[in-house]
Amino acid sequence: MGFLGLYFTAAFLMFGIGLYPLITEYFPGEEPLYLVNRFVLVWLILELAYRFLLQNLPIMDIKPLMLLPIKKRKVVNFVLLKSLYSFFNFLPLLIIIPFGIFNIYKQTFNTGAIIAWMISMIGLTLSINFGNFIIKKNFTDNIKALIPVVGGIAVIGLLDYFKVFESSVWFGKGLNAILENPLLAIIPILIFLFFYKWNQKDLQNKFYLDATLKEEVKDANTKEFLWTSRFGDLAPYLQLDLKMIWRNKRPKTTVYISILFLAYGLIFFGNDSYQEMPAFFVFAGIFITGIFMINFGQFIPAWDAGYYPLIMAQNIPFKKYLTAKAGLITFSVVVLALLSTPYLYFGWKILILIMVCAVYNIGVNIPILLYAGSFNKKKIDLDKSPFMNYQGTGAAQWIVGLPLMVIPVLVFWIFYKTISFESGVTVLFVLGITGLIFRNRAISMIAQRYKRQKYAMIEGFKQSGE
Amino acid sequence: MITATNLTKVYSGTTVLNIEHLDIPTGQSMGLVGNNGAGKTTFFSMLLDLIQPTTGNIFNHDITVSQNEEWKEFTSSFIDESFLIGYLTPEEYFYFIGDLRKQNKADVDALLLTFEDFFHDEILGKRKYLRDLSKGNQKKVGIVAALIGSPKVIILDEPFANLDPTTQIRLKKIIKDITAQKETTILISSHDLIHITEVCERIVVLDKGNLVKDIITSPATLDELENYFSKDLALKQES
Repeated sequence: MGFLGLYFTAAFLMFGIGLYPLITEYFPGEEPLYLVNRFVLVWLILELAYRFLLQNLPIMDIKPLMLLPIKKRKVVNFVLLKSLYSFFNFLPLLIIIPFGIFNIYKQTFNTGAIIAWMISMIGLTLSINFGNFIIKKNFTDNIKALIPVVGGIAVIGLLDYFKVFESSVWFGKGLNAILENPLLAIIPILIFLFFYKWNQKDLQNKFYLDATLKEEVKDANTKEFLWTSRFGDLAPYLQLDLKMIWRNKRPKTTVYISILFLAYGLIFFGNDSYQEMPAFFVFAGIFITGIFMINFGQFIPAWDAGYYPLIMAQNIPFKKYLTAKAGLITFSVVVLALLSTPYLYFGWKILILIMVCAVYNIGVNIPILLYAGSFNKKKIDLDKSPFMNYQGTGAAQWIVGLPLMVIPVLVFWIFYKTISFESGVTVLFVLGITGLIFRNRAISMIAQRYKRQKYAMIEGFKQSGE
Repeated sequence: MITATNLTKVYSGTTVLNIEHLDIPTGQSMGLVGNNGAGKTTFFSMLLDLIQPTTGNIFNHDITVSQNEEWKEFTSSFIDESFLIGYLTPEEYFYFIGDLRKQNKADVDALLLTFEDFFHDEILGKRKYLRDLSKGNQKKVGIVAALIGSPKVIILDEPFANLDPTTQIRLKKIIKDITAQKETTILISSHDLIHITEVCERIVVLDKGNLVKDIITSPATLDELENYFSKDLALKQES
């Protein structure tokens, strides 16, 4: 997951740096700042939407502070200010700051005006941050009440789209005004302060264990995954893993992300500039069929950290435990490979390549990941969001990422360059099948290594720290 | 029969456990008593091969626990909440443990039926995850799970803590029923001297890792233990 946080950081930063040059290249004659301002409203609404889905006020942090001799107001401020450290507030900065600096450097406006613009943008981001908490508080219990709001936004969007009333343009003009009169930057700041005060008041009134602070006890989901019973004595482990994934935030998000990343191949397969370099297609193939394998597999066995002593003291041989994990990941690779069949659109060659990459993932990469897992000594909190969450991430996670993707790309590239596309594909396929044939033996050897690491793992998983 | 020989555990120069020799015959119920830091949980953890001894070995029915895993088939335990799986309901947890101990659903259900009183209608059929149960109810689940599959050795670390009075009394009866059969070795630790002298035939006292008392329980044992644990206080009052 750390990998994903880094990915988003890099993507936003590149976009932030590239924005000014891109606009001047593709929209010559347009003032880049004006053009960007026109899209700010759309961005803010999108930001509100994903924050609504993903971001929560860290309200439970209040609980241990309630009994201490600290003024309520201070505690409330602490929680609210703490929310500023969220990844969601960090990402927009990666665009606002580089873009602002570019404008200052090019002297499109005077420096003061651009700084005022940057401040306004940060003010708007923070307004969204705190506005979202208000919306969440009032709507999470009553999702239906959201329908008119979403409907209203849709109407505004449609009016905008058909140029009946272009609110995004008007909003942009408002932002343009800040560039002419930097003092207007006070308005977004005031909006932000207004939402902050609102939150403050709201929280202060609900500063009781049974009001806001009560943890929600949800009705247990008793889905049984009975179809796993055909896997014989591996069934209990597979069921446990599936329940772990469906009932906990962090692994569940991993599944959604895997499905999202299926579209990643579009960047490569449809792009003309990669047609002469099919080695990149191998990268894409490994990635889209193996994204769950990588995101889930890199933290084996830390997912089970919370009850690792149970697993060690119970009648569970390491080999069976690892075989079950390998089975689960294999299943994910097969599913993702099936879901990526629409890539047939780009031709048979691409589809065959993806399938071969799936075989390679199953045969070679799964044992590598399981082996790397024996270096894991850091606990994972199943209920924390995976975004910007480096918990459980150590050197092993970074090091293992390389061979997983670099080796197959390199192997393919060598055969592609010296012989042909077909030979590269065949070699990857043969490697995958070989891995599959020797999987049993490989897992036995990996189990030995887990056994040697056992005490260190139990000790490490007990630590709750980062 | 469980045997510990020359067993020591040293953490960065400090000896936290040092047991020269301890035999626990099959079918015995042994209580482990001692103040915090006496080494009770360390001893149990070594018996379950969760901690590596610095020196010495533990043999569980002639199997060296750190070298061979076969003891796991007949040994069950509940040490702390890391023996529970928070995202399962109690039923799912019992069935999972049942699967591991080669008991099918019907076997587990039959066993659970005998604990209806003990659960006091707070555990089964509540559609709640273990992580949402109270500490006392979590403990009930852990204890009962440790009894699934008729294990030959049962290890319970402070089973009475966090339980309400009624449940404590019921638990005592459960333990007595098991020990009456003389087939199962039970190892229990507790801070409650009354409970432990009531359910255990033998009491072992640890102090800073050393075995300081080994008593076969008699009506006088409770007094003896109370005197032992209040001796610091008595000394202070005298001086």
